[in-house]
Order: sequence, then C-alpha cells, then structure tokens
Amino acid sequence: MKNGSLVKLIDVHKIYRTGEMEVPAVRGVSLEIKRGEFLALMGASGSGKSTLMNILGCLDRPTSGSYFLDNADVSGLDRDQLADIRNRKIGFVFQSFNLLPRTSARENAELPLVYSTQRLSHAQLRERADRVLASVGLAGREDHPPSQLSGGQQQRVAIARALINDPEVLLADEPTGNLDSRTSVEIMAIFQQLNERGITIIMVTHEQDIAAYAQRNVVMRDGVVVDDRVVPQRSDAATQLEQPLPSTL
Amino acid sequence: MRIAPTFNVAYRALRRNKMRSVLTALGIIIGVGAVIAMVGIGNGAKAQVEAQIASLGQNVILIFSGSTTSSGIRTGWGGAGTLKIEDAEAIRREVPGVIGVSAEVVSTTQVAAGNQNWFTRIFGESADYFDIRQWPLSDGAPFTPQDVRSANKVCVIGRTTATQIYGNENPIGQILRIKNVPFTILGVLTPKGLSPQGVDQDDIVVMPYTSAMKRVSGGTTLRNINVQIGDPGQIAAAQQQIISLLRQRHNIRPGRDDDFTVRTQEEIAEAATATSRVMTVLLGAIAGVSLVVGGIGIMNIMLVSVTERTREIGVRMAVGARGNDILTQFLIEAVTLSSVGGLIGIVCGIGASALLSTYAHWPTLISIGSIAIAFLFSAAVGIFFGFYPARKAAALDPIEALRYE
Repeated sequence: MKNGSLVKLIDVHKIYRTGEMEVPAVRGVSLEIKRGEFLALMGASGSGKSTLMNILGCLDRPTSGSYFLDNADVSGLDRDQLADIRNRKIGFVFQSFNLLPRTSARENAELPLVYSTQRLSHAQLRERADRVLASVGLAGREDHPPSQLSGGQQQRVAIARALINDPEVLLADEPTGNLDSRTSVEIMAIFQQLNERGITIIMVTHEQDIAAYAQRNVVMRDGVVVDDRVVPQRSDAATQLEQPLPSTL
Repeated sequence: MRIAPTFNVAYRALRRNKMRSVLTALGIIIGVGAVIAMVGIGNGAKAQVEAQIASLGQNVILIFSGSTTSSGIRTGWGGAGTLKIEDAEAIRREVPGVIGVSAEVVSTTQVAAGNQNWFTRIFGESADYFDIRQWPLSDGAPFTPQDVRSANKVCVIGRTTATQIYGNENPIGQILRIKNVPFTILGVLTPKGLSPQGVDQDDIVVMPYTSAMKRVSGGTTLRNINVQIGDPGQIAAAQQQIISLLRQRHNIRPGRDDDFTVRTQEEIAEAATATSRVMTVLLGAIAGVSLVVGGIGIMNIMLVSVTERTREIGVRMAVGARGNDILTQFLIEAVTLSSVGGLIGIVCGIGASALLSTYAHWPTLISIGSIAIAFLFSAAVGIFFGFYPARKAAALDPIEALRYE
C-alpha cells in the first residue's frame, strides 16, 4: 500500500464463545500502522488489547473483519500459513521472556531460523545469532543459558531472537512488566535505537511512562479504540540512562 | 524444518531428565532383550532338532512296510513285511537319481562276549548304509557288498554297545555272540548321540541284512528301505517314481491304498520342527507383550513431557514452528528413546542367550533377522506410542501454550 502502510485492520471483531455465552473481546477496531512507527497499545486489563495483539501477531484470527499485513490479507490463513507469516514477518518479545531453559543465548536467538525456509549452514547460523546478540549488547554472553543472565539480559536475548529473521514488525507484549525501572529504560533504549534503524514496533503496555517512549499511543477500552494520538513529549531512554538515577520513573 | 537441530533438541530433552529417560528406555530394553533371548532359545531348539534330522543322512527317502491286521491286532508300519529285497534292488535299478539304497531289517536281542552281555538293537543293512546316513567309523572298516552277498558273520558296533561290552578294550577283531552265532567285529561307529525321538543311536549292532535275516531274525521281508538321492531337486520326483514302482511291483490296483509308506526326510523334519516352531512363536509373543508394555511407558513419559514443555511448544509456535514441526520433534524424541532402548536391548538379549547356553546348556541361536526385526519393532513401538503425545503437542493453541503455567 502506498505510504508504506504495514498493518491495516478494518473493522476487526473477536468474539470468544464459552458455552452458551458469547464474549466480545474486540468490537470493531480499524487501525493503520505505517512502516517505521513505534506504537504503544494501551488499556486496562480486559480492554481487548491482548486479544488485538494476538491478532496482530498472527497467533489468532479475527472473527470478522480484515487484517492486511505487508499488503497481504492474513485474516483467512490457516494454522500453517500463519506459522510461516510469524516466522518471516513478526518478531515476538514477551513479558516473561519465554526463553528455552538450559539453552544458550545463541541457540535461543537462532530458534526462528530452525523453522525458517532459508537453508543456512551451522556457521552462518552462529554468525547471524552472534551478530544480532552483539547488536543488543550481549557480545561475550552467547554461551550463557538464561539462568545465568539477569532479567534485562534475558529480555535482550528475546529481542535478539525476535530480530534474527529481519521481521517486518516487532511485537512486544508488556516487555518491561517483569523488569525493574532502570532495566526497563535500558530495554526502551534498545527499542528506540531499533526504531531509529527503521524497525516497526508495536508494544502493549499499561504503564503510561513506558508508553511515553513510543511515537504514538493507541488506547483501548471495552474492545474499541478510544484514543489514538501522537506522543507530545517523547521520553528519550538514551538520555535518561546517562543520568545517575532514573528519577523520572 | 531442519532435522539436525531437531535431533539435537530431542537429545537434550532426554538428557535433561536422565533418570526418567533411562527408566523409560528400560521398558524397551527389557522388551527387546526378552524377544531376542526367547526367540534365540526357540530357534536354538529348532536348530537342534534339525541337526538331529540331518543325522538321518542327506536327501534321504524312507520307505516303510505297511501294517497288517492279525486277529484284529494291527501291527503298525513295518509289521506287514510287504517290502522285499527285490523291491530295494528294483529301486536302485529303475529310479533315476538314486545314489544309494539300503535294505533294512531291525530286531532286538541279547548279545554277549566273554562274561559280558547286553540287550541291544540289531540293524541289518546294505553296505551303502554308512554313506546314506553319513555315519563313518571311528575305528576299523565297514562290511563290504561281498559280505552282504555272502551273508558273512561280520558286524560293526556303536559306541554305546562297545563300551557296555568291552569297556576300554579294543573290540575290533573280537567275537560277539548273537543268538549263539559268533560275529567278528570289523569296526566301531563314530558316536551320533540321541535321535529326535530320544533313542540312543549308538546302542546298536550293524551287520549285513542278509546275515541278519538268515542268522538273527529269520525273516524274509524288510522293515524299511533307505534311499539316497544325489540331487535334492530330484527328491520329489523320485518319491513319486518309488510309489508307482512299488504299487506296480505289489500289484496294487488303482483306488486301493498303498501297502507301504514313503516319507522324505523333509517331511520327517517338518513334523519334528513343528513343535519347536510353535514354541518359538509362543516365546516371542510373550516377550513381545513386554515390548508393548515398554511402549506404553514411552507414551506415558511423552505425555508428561508434552505437559511440562507446553510453554516451550508455545514459544516454538510463536516463532514459526508449524504443527508438523512440533509433531516431528516429539516423535523423534520417542523414537530415539525406543530405538536406543532397542539397541541396548539387543546387546542384553544376546548376552542373556549367551549366559543361558553357557550355564543352563540350552541351545540358543540368534539370527541377524531376529535382531533386525526386534530393532525395527522397537522403533515402530516408538512411532506408535509417541504419535498420540506428539499429536497432542502439535494441536496445542499457541496462545494457550504461551500462557500455560
């Protein structure tokens, strides 16, 4: 689509059925996200933001409405096709990191390539994982398993894993939810850095100050978008990190 | 999907729970080991029977006289005395492919030498007998066709008879009295052991059938005729020809029953090995049950593993694993468990067989075939019992799996 529109949702609904009851989680969301945007999706729990995130991440399909990702309609794809889309176009970062235990940082970062259609040699795989780990500041920790890494470092491994396939969009679900404030700023610094390099980021958060690192905030309530605005005074994580105490948080 | 890393993942998952993996594999180890050992025992028994059958000689056809009924008493095969010396000669003359014929008369009697005596079986035979039964002498020489023609008072004796009468003395050249007729001992046969029926084949005196008929049993008919065929491919044809030749010689009209019985060695072997074959199948089946139980153990552990690793499955799906990738991963894990267990089981089975034959003196025979079948079967058990848990893993919903605590 012209103007580099990467994500386009048109009147998306998601209804869960629990027995006789129909529970609408998303009730008609239309949203357009351009390439290179850094967007924070906000809302209280139960607002439908997680459901929308699952749809954006191709983990779930909308009950009705259309979802165009990178100009292709993905709302009608089957399980395997969605898995391929996730592999090629989407990188996930989770609140609880979701790294494989007892597996080195390098192998965790390589994981998406295992399911990729590209055929890389062992050396190429390693080289690519090491490069992407270095880009999130983990050079020298490639062989450490998650249990030997701090929370912030684990989240960086997860970011490296999300980036290794050069995805179209990085989806982060409460990426700082399990981190202390200083580490949260570090992760936001990485996000802002990646965003400046042109990577599109969609981040779910319920924290106002974390959302302030994004360019655009979309707020949901009761399954609909109630606010969509450009962040007026954007926080700059890199500058904050230079200060001795992150008193702003 | 890349297969090499998948093997790596399976290997690491199994190593992570070492004890659990070992115990699970133990089920398969015992199963495969039992199959190998049991089938080995069965095959060993069969081979032993076959070896005993082979001691009859090679490519042998046996012809028995028919039975007779006297005052309502039926005598059983050989009782009727329908086979004549002329029949044996006719077979030698007229049936193609025959390389040896031995007319046989059998009786039992007391034999004596010096102050020793012994009750034994007297076999009257042609000179071909030793070739047909592949029964060489350990000492001395056999009797000759000339001895047969002249009904000479000569004999060879089996090892048991020799030991019972002469002890450690050399019996060759000694005189053995049979029904008060002195026979010169020409040689001693090599020991042959027990027959398939458990008779000591070495408890025997063999003499020319002419001598036996004239001086020992007094009869004029044969109990049976042993025929040896040169080419195994001709046995069936020779059997048919012998039947029609004897029917013709005995003037049996079409539609009437034969007054003799023709059995090939193969038919005798067939009957004798049937029991051990049934035993082999039975033992294998019982052992197979334990292999199936081992498979259920694998299924149980794989189900536990799928539940434990639900989150991992969710992560893999989130980064692009298809259902099939997850299925393959868990299947490989199950098959690795079962086939590694299978390999160790093969070693254990071979070891158990070796122990049984060394200490219990049971004959065992392990064939490459039974090893291959046991291994393939163990791999198949892995696939069969791994499939359900693997499919369960593959069918997980990624969102639910990621949320699983």
